[in-house]
Amino acid sequence: MTGTIGATSATTTTTGPALDALAGPSPDGGRAALIGYLPVGYPSVPGSVQAVRTMIDAGVDVVELGMPYSDPVMDGPIIQHAVDEALRGGTRVKDTLTAVERVAGRGAPVLVMTYWNLVLRYGVDAYARDLAAAGGAGLITPDLIPDEAEEWIAASDAYGLDRVFLVAPSSTPERLVSTAAASRGFVYATSTMGVTGERATVGERAAQLVADARAAGAERVCVGVGVSRPEHAAQVASYADGVIVGSALVRTLVDAPDEATGLDRLAELTAALAQGVRTADRRGDHAEVGTVPDPGADDRSVTA
Amino acid sequence: MPDLQARVGLLATHVGPYWGEFGGRFVPEALIAALDEIDTAYHKALADPAFGDELARLHRTYTGRPSPLTEVPRFAAHVGAGVRVFLKREDLNHTGSHKINNVLGQALLVKRLGKKRVIAETGAGQHGVATATAAALLGLECTVYMGEEDTQRQALNVARMRLLGAEVVPVTIGTRTLKDAINEALRDWVANVETTHYLLGTVTGPHPFPEMVRDFHKIIGEEARAQLLGEIGRLPDAVAACVGGGSNAMGIFNAFLDDPDVRLFGFEAGGRGLSAGDHAARFSGGFPGVLHGARSYLLQDEDGQTVPSHSVSAGLDYPSVGPEHAWLHDIGRATYLPVTDVEAMEAFRLLCRTEGIIPAIESAHALAGAIQIGAQATQWSDEPVVLVNLSGRGDKDVATAARWFGYLDDEHGGEGDQ
Repeated sequence: MTGTIGATSATTTTTGPALDALAGPSPDGGRAALIGYLPVGYPSVPGSVQAVRTMIDAGVDVVELGMPYSDPVMDGPIIQHAVDEALRGGTRVKDTLTAVERVAGRGAPVLVMTYWNLVLRYGVDAYARDLAAAGGAGLITPDLIPDEAEEWIAASDAYGLDRVFLVAPSSTPERLVSTAAASRGFVYATSTMGVTGERATVGERAAQLVADARAAGAERVCVGVGVSRPEHAAQVASYADGVIVGSALVRTLVDAPDEATGLDRLAELTAALAQGVRTADRRGDHAEVGTVPDPGADDRSVTA
Repeated sequence: MPDLQARVGLLATHVGPYWGEFGGRFVPEALIAALDEIDTAYHKALADPAFGDELARLHRTYTGRPSPLTEVPRFAAHVGAGVRVFLKREDLNHTGSHKINNVLGQALLVKRLGKKRVIAETGAGQHGVATATAAALLGLECTVYMGEEDTQRQALNVARMRLLGAEVVPVTIGTRTLKDAINEALRDWVANVETTHYLLGTVTGPHPFPEMVRDFHKIIGEEARAQLLGEIGRLPDAVAACVGGGSNAMGIFNAFLDDPDVRLFGFEAGGRGLSAGDHAARFSGGFPGVLHGARSYLLQDEDGQTVPSHSVSAGLDYPSVGPEHAWLHDIGRATYLPVTDVEAMEAFRLLCRTEGIIPAIESAHALAGAIQIGAQATQWSDEPVVLVNLSGRGDKDVATAARWFGYLDDEHGGEGDQ
């Protein structure tokens, strides 16, 4: 399942080439990537490494590895709970680098999602150096906009790392242009105004935001926040370069009675989401929703 | 000071988004459009005489401004021989603190923005009460986030907010104090920014809040300066204020920033002492970092995780501080010192007993600070004058203080022995 991507990521650790390899060239336009988020340190540091490996083996194309933070203002209750537990369990910033090292090179580029103070405290250049040395692809920075990112832009240039900035439905055309220009790897489009979490539907404005970001110069645009079900994945995959899923995946671990069951459920949901991105109709600009057959996914992660 | 001004220009009129290396906008992109909208609306309002007139009318007829200046000689006797102490009586404002100055200004802006809902965070409850008050006055929907621990410490203010029609949401995650209330308010704002204004209560957060909130509080210092000149014909030797986020301090400091002979002192919560987790003294125990949208001094561990703070005063129990204070500290214009819980409560009792004024425990930190600096005051002039910002009154703190001094039984709420 990861063979194609593995071949690509063997020569690069960044996400752009991986996304391009999936997207084409191909008569049907290729497919979007599945990007899965899990926090380091939940349920433990080795446990999270195992979970990420499980997720990669089950079909995730790019890993978003969350660095636990005491004040995660962009995250909803499920991720908050997991990172809170991770911190309570003693997870440290350096554990994130260890985790990157242990999951890198397995066929999926690894981006770290981090609130900015953790990198600032570590030292921006030092963190970029160590992340690159660990085999990381770059950073997703939910509370760092390009306007404040001079130091990070310099460091990411120096170490060849991706810098994934966010755009939102409220972003002005001017900001879409400046954010697209500052980003490398892809632009992260938040599907809706709000924090991370599962929702019944993906924000209606997501498709337009992707189109607007592309028109503003973004080479690749991936959609996250509120994407949790296989049918969402298929819907978003029809127009975006990547589908980012977090809370629903984390919930499989949070709700499971034990770690082994959690990993089984994580693999099941990842596979169903991967099937979703593979069955998306990418022939039109914005494929119809609901054309995807139910992959028979275990949807308890959403309804539990 | 001339050197300082040569380096940084006039201090009082310095504007954001940066004060030196501090300030900025470290928030999700989703909020940037709203911050720009507020910034534009605010500067447009500043240029519109009708906005200033309306705010001035509200201050005169609703807030009760100008707030008086009270000399407190019996208290001053404990500060130092020959020292004169004047209190700027923000405690006499409607709703009981300086918070109303900023809230009315922002609430008028909300009307201009055409938004119908405000959210706020509150620690001691004073900002929550002020926001609920302004929302009632102007017909706005209001939700106030408050750490669960603070809802217990400040139960009376929770009841006040509810009486005024606000929804009070106790925050049960994290340290259950002001920091977590701000996190929840930010989450709400990200989700509802198109209809909702985040009426931030202090001089921190992303630009333009530090600048805008300071401007709405400048009236404190402007009045005090004019009142002192009228009363004694000269400026004070020192100005003292408590510093949580720092809005009352910035409000009174601003009018004196460019007067080199006026010493400025901010007093932080030293809590139980300067061990980690026992205090909220950011300048004594913190270093620069980013929290809640601004770069400033921050209590953090070696990884950059926010360290829990502590203070007997809910309003000072916050791990960061406004970026302008960080700048004033770094350029040496203001001095920030810690005051312990014990020192603050002793000053609280002293003001009650010597002057018949029950202060907010936050303000008691400034009073204790005045006592702390009193020893050096005689070196400043023959008749040193200290201006203290009495930022709030102590009604909300009566239960806490009564328990502290043993007048209330913890379990039964009844009177205890002294």
